[in-house]
Amino acid sequence: MRTGKIPHWADVTLVPLFSVALAFAISAVLIWAIGESPWEAVKLMVEGAFGSSYGWGYTLFYATNFIFTGLAVAVAFQARLFNIGGEGQALLGGLGVALVCLYIPWPHWSIALIAASLGAALFGAAWALIPGYLQAKRGSHIVITTIMFNFIAASLLGYMLVSVLRVPGSQDPASPRFPSEIALPKLHEILGLVGIPFSTVPPVNIALLLGIAMCFAVWFMLWRTRLGYQIRAFGESEPAAQYAGISPVRITIYVMLISGALAGMMAVNSVMGEQQRLVMNAVEGAGFIGIAVALMGRNHPFGVFLAAILFGFLYQGGAELALWTSIPRELIVVIQALVILFTGALDNMVRMPITRLFARTRRAG
Amino acid sequence: MALNEPAMRQETAASDNAIELRGISKAFGSVQANKDISIRVRRGTIHGIVGENGAGKSTLMSILFGFYRADSGEIFINGKPTEITDSESAIRAGIGMVFQHFKLVENFTVLENVILGAEAGGLLRPSLARARGLLKDLAREFELNVDPDANIEDLSVGHQQRVEILKALYREADILILDEPTGVLTPSEADHLFRILKGLKEQGKTIILITHKLREIMDVTDDVSVMRRGEMVATRVTAQTSPTELAELMVGRKVLLRVEKTPAEPGAEVLRVENLRHVDGQGVERLRGISFGIRKGEILGIAGVSGNGQSELLEVLSGLREAEGQVVLDNEALPLSGSGCDGQSRRARRIAHVPEDRQRRGLVMNFHAWENIALGYHHDPLYNPSRWRMDNPAIIRDTEGKMSAFDVRPPDPQLKASGFSGGNQQKLVLAREIEYEPDLLLVGQPTRGVDIGAIEFIHQRLIRLRDAGAAILLISVELDEIMALSDRIIVMFDGRIMGERMPDETNAQELGLMMAGMA
Repeated sequence: MRTGKIPHWADVTLVPLFSVALAFAISAVLIWAIGESPWEAVKLMVEGAFGSSYGWGYTLFYATNFIFTGLAVAVAFQARLFNIGGEGQALLGGLGVALVCLYIPWPHWSIALIAASLGAALFGAAWALIPGYLQAKRGSHIVITTIMFNFIAASLLGYMLVSVLRVPGSQDPASPRFPSEIALPKLHEILGLVGIPFSTVPPVNIALLLGIAMCFAVWFMLWRTRLGYQIRAFGESEPAAQYAGISPVRITIYVMLISGALAGMMAVNSVMGEQQRLVMNAVEGAGFIGIAVALMGRNHPFGVFLAAILFGFLYQGGAELALWTSIPRELIVVIQALVILFTGALDNMVRMPITRLFARTRRAG
Repeated sequence: MALNEPAMRQETAASDNAIELRGISKAFGSVQANKDISIRVRRGTIHGIVGENGAGKSTLMSILFGFYRADSGEIFINGKPTEITDSESAIRAGIGMVFQHFKLVENFTVLENVILGAEAGGLLRPSLARARGLLKDLAREFELNVDPDANIEDLSVGHQQRVEILKALYREADILILDEPTGVLTPSEADHLFRILKGLKEQGKTIILITHKLREIMDVTDDVSVMRRGEMVATRVTAQTSPTELAELMVGRKVLLRVEKTPAEPGAEVLRVENLRHVDGQGVERLRGISFGIRKGEILGIAGVSGNGQSELLEVLSGLREAEGQVVLDNEALPLSGSGCDGQSRRARRIAHVPEDRQRRGLVMNFHAWENIALGYHHDPLYNPSRWRMDNPAIIRDTEGKMSAFDVRPPDPQLKASGFSGGNQQKLVLAREIEYEPDLLLVGQPTRGVDIGAIEFIHQRLIRLRDAGAAILLISVELDEIMALSDRIIVMFDGRIMGERMPDETNAQELGLMMAGMA
């Protein structure tokens, strides 16, 4: 505070909130411009996403995906590594889940969940390891390699689905269904145990709890362990980390392993929890949304959680909007893009006036 | 306002003043960088401004040059009220500024740099020709000679500084502001600079010299103003004041300008360096066969103009750079490349390192004080109760102890490193490295950008560590500091050792010549 900046709480709450509000305001103008009522649109979105346990279910399902991919980006960014390969790492995670679920008979879903999580993490981590190694040892820029690896992952998955995993005789490039004994419990089953009624339709499942647990695990790792200390020191200042004897090579590789593992674990939710088989486009852009989620969540696990809920709301609310109004689905993408633009790229536009406001009130007071 | 008589005297003839500031205030958030500052600078004089780091000198000059806008107050140039909104309007008002860190395009020639931003028309040729003519005149008049066609990167620091002055003169500056101009110069280069400044003064130019070196103030200025904590505490005619008075005004109390120290009682040799060679990333040989030794309980000072291999020597010894040659610590070789050549391995051999650049290397500016206390010592069992977990409360407790032992202010372990003043940041680094009780302490520029009060404290701590039996390798570009602290002095020039002297058997002139490679 003595440096004339804004207090920490304002930095993590006011700035993102104002950014989102601005993005929504411009979206409202757009909706109004195409002849729809912004007020009605907001009502539809909020009701669609939060108005019923059905809506909540979908919102949370999408949010679960974004928690994993958002955490992946956030962890890497703590070491100032911009991992935009979440898409590919999640695809490979899906492959890991599918192999674990299809080829090993599991006696119970709980053991299968652990094994599938490990499989997903392992495959995702392995996919991130290659760009990580190339960055650490060869200086190949991680942004370029990870985005290239997204394409390689898509091709690899296409090959696996068409040539290896496809059900014989089927035209559909998808794996067989996983055994029904290892279907993950859905949220309505879990809530049912404590007597809370919940819609049975949405695919939200126990992976949500896994995601929340991962938020805590990542927080603990970053701020309570020596590894996290080294990651943050490396991210804040590479010369200082080198001075402290922290090996850049080791940290880069560790961070990318963790990041890839988190992205890969998204498949537990989408592949094992929802589809219960591996399909061609299992990730559906969640890897990229993860970048926006991490940006908006200030690369903090708890921020990522909240931002993931917001984006879950945009996804689910947007789907409702497209269903009930003449607002095209594309407009939802525009709204999402505006949120990303304001929270990410135009951060200072919001931050500076708030900083000035704080400086003024402090002088007055 | 504690404005003093000499400056008030000119009240009757306001236009005798090249610059007059009235009631300038500037706040950054809650920090009042300049508080109701008034100052008059007589035309055709050299006016010194001294003050500790963070006293507000740079802020005041930035306001004058249009980088910041004052919250309140007025600026008069040659008696006329002038609005300075940006550097362009400052230049139009006849103000030129020579920054501490030069703003030159390295791979442009001198001429190209001089006209950069002041080109007349779309074609370069007329401007270049005009600049060439002007440079020739200036070189004759003021000893401001530089080869107009040389690339900046091929020039010495002293010559680069001349280019900055030429840039200002090309823009027809009548008022020149120089911010810490001698920090990077050898004594003889500094003398040359002062001759230039005196020449310019005789031509009627007005010069503002910002410095913390009192000797320079006494040598070249006509008037001197002292700033402390954002306020202008006094203005004096230089001939009527003394370094002691100025130092007292700067810190607001009496200070020791000499370091009190007993003679060293050196013991056995701790470190032996033989034929050390280092080639940097650009293929330049920075260390060309360095050999020396340090004994227990002695401070070996390495003097030299910055950029002559001292930094590289420090980084090689602390494991941050690889090198060839032999280094033996306590009769055991120190690996100079590969594994075993990194910060952790050096600390394991009980070598501590206070790096030259504390903000880039020595501290993580965005980390809390306690996180910085663990930097480099994050494997310490005290901080790590189990294999993975770090015991943050234990580090915080340890930090509290170290902060009070080194009088770090404010003593708040949760404050980020960037929230401390330069002197307190340095105390944090020193607390971390000295409390480790190393056998060998490598120190680079221990008091750069540190206020006078803290300098005294830091020097005392280094001597106390020496008296406890540690060997200390001190690298500093401040010759005064080297002479005051060292028990033995080595001078480096161009990657070689020019010679060794005992501090009481030499003087600044001799060392200055050696630093310039002329001995």
